[in-house]
Amino acid sequence: MNFGFVLMKTLRAVVTVWLVLTFVFIVLRLSGDPASRLLPDDIDPQTVAYYRAEWGLDRPLWEQYAAYFTSAAEGSFGISFRDRRPALEVILERVPATLELGLLSFAFAIVVGIPLGVVAALKRNTVFDRLAMSFAVLGYAMPYFFMGVLLILLFSLQLRWLPSSGSSTWWHLIMPVLTLGTTPAAMFARFTRSSVLEVMNKPFIRTARAKGALPWREIVFHALPNAAIPVVTVMGLRLGELIGGAVVTETVFAWPGMGRLLVGAVANRDLAVVQGIVVLIAISMVTVNLLIDLAYGWLDPRIRTARQEGRAEGRA
Amino acid sequence: MTVELARLKQDNRRFRVRFRLPSFGLQRFPAAVAAAAGFLALMAICAVFADMLAPYSYEEQSLLGRLQPPFWLGGSGGYLLGSDELGRDVFSRTLFAIRTSMAVALLGTVIGALFGTFLGFLAARFRGWVEDLVMMLVDCQAAMPFLIIALAVLAFMGNNLVLFIALMGIYGWEKYARVARGLVLSAQEQGYALAVHSLGSGGFRLYFKHILPNVLSPLIVLLTLNIPDTILMETTLSFLGFGIQPPRTSLGLTLGMGRDYLLTAWWIAVVPGVVIFLTTLSISLVGDWLRDRFDPTLQ
Repeated sequence: MNFGFVLMKTLRAVVTVWLVLTFVFIVLRLSGDPASRLLPDDIDPQTVAYYRAEWGLDRPLWEQYAAYFTSAAEGSFGISFRDRRPALEVILERVPATLELGLLSFAFAIVVGIPLGVVAALKRNTVFDRLAMSFAVLGYAMPYFFMGVLLILLFSLQLRWLPSSGSSTWWHLIMPVLTLGTTPAAMFARFTRSSVLEVMNKPFIRTARAKGALPWREIVFHALPNAAIPVVTVMGLRLGELIGGAVVTETVFAWPGMGRLLVGAVANRDLAVVQGIVVLIAISMVTVNLLIDLAYGWLDPRIRTARQEGRAEGRA
Repeated sequence: MTVELARLKQDNRRFRVRFRLPSFGLQRFPAAVAAAAGFLALMAICAVFADMLAPYSYEEQSLLGRLQPPFWLGGSGGYLLGSDELGRDVFSRTLFAIRTSMAVALLGTVIGALFGTFLGFLAARFRGWVEDLVMMLVDCQAAMPFLIIALAVLAFMGNNLVLFIALMGIYGWEKYARVARGLVLSAQEQGYALAVHSLGSGGFRLYFKHILPNVLSPLIVLLTLNIPDTILMETTLSFLGFGIQPPRTSLGLTLGMGRDYLLTAWWIAVVPGVVIFLTTLSISLVGDWLRDRFDPTLQ
């Protein structure tokens, strides 16, 4: 992997985070005096004075901009007026619950979606293929909130099997994971199918077959690694949707994560928390996409060179 | 003689081709797509003629007729799909909610398409730093989940209808910018563009009278495929309570409010949910079909 490629990608990631921070800065300044927006109304004047000095609100705008970046780098986003604690602290407590829900849903999507796509591709144009693709189309069109409401209606209110809200036991996880995982599972199934179909026609598969590779060997060792590349890209690209879905899912199931915190903070105009969450999500999204990009340039040299050529032609 | 015969055959073939009845692709119009198109037509009729079709006004309350079930569950009071917690007719409210949701989604999608296409054209026309700037914004927009941006803006600026529609308009612009830029980059190298250019018309005339019509169909397909996303974004924000505000109704808003009555009156939430689901499903089916049929570049 060459150094320029890594540098370029890292630079772009930094620029993206910078743009998001600038966006928050502008929106915050447009909406009024930041000190009064980011601190509780009835807080003591000393604290207000402290934050005014830290954020440089008495200085010219460009100095405020610089101060804003230093305080963001220190994680100082203001005080949550509901909890009366620094916003970052309030947010960080909620991260584990969101990660638990998000990772399990992602795992569910992979475990369900990818095998479904592989089998659909291998049994192309059969009843199984049609069923799998119908699932993919339906799952993709199903909004998270309606899926959640239907599951609650069926499993909590009619059958009384599962709890509809909270997070104390493993039972609480089932419906949120199903809600958040179905749409990505549908997407993965669709992409895996087309990717496997494409790979199965390649000469190296014919070679493997001609050399007498067993059918399962042919699929597992030859086809899947090559079919995985576009699927991995899609996973990275759709991460943002998963975060949006998590906001909705956590709200529907009263899951104590960051998404529900965000919705509550928006409703109560707890702007310090909103600001902190936006910045945190921007940083994690950019980091994950950067890692995927790097991993993938490293896994498949063809893509790296193709991209560089693409860039030379003006990313055509 | 053989040459003559061959020509006759050829003429005959040409004749047949030319005079075949126009089929409009109906033989390749699958039943599912037909059903989806039918449903969308029905939704359009509901949205346009909501006030004529609705048996009640969407805000007409009746304390005696609260939480009535739909007629097939033995509901009384003449509510086709039941009534809600304030005794308002769910069917009438759904019709008006369809109107709001469709209007916001269509308006938002069109604004986003115009905005993004324009930026894509600018990037391809001027290259250099303009292109770098546009592509940087595109990357930035694609890197940040739109729902989070929308929530942040609504939290900071407060909610109002104009801001909300503007937000829906921004949603998805980066896709058009990216596609339009790519299309224009290749189109401006083609013979016709070079010819028009060398005849002395540059700038506006070349780009809007000659290149735009030639790159329009993939953009229209993209627009169709984006409508479900906009509908989902609008209904999601309204569901969370940050989109359309009462007394207006939207499909997401009624669903969100009906969530509190799932145990006693599930129809309040389920009816708008089914409408959203079927609408997004139908648009994607029709959009996919359109893409496969009319846009060879995306295949």
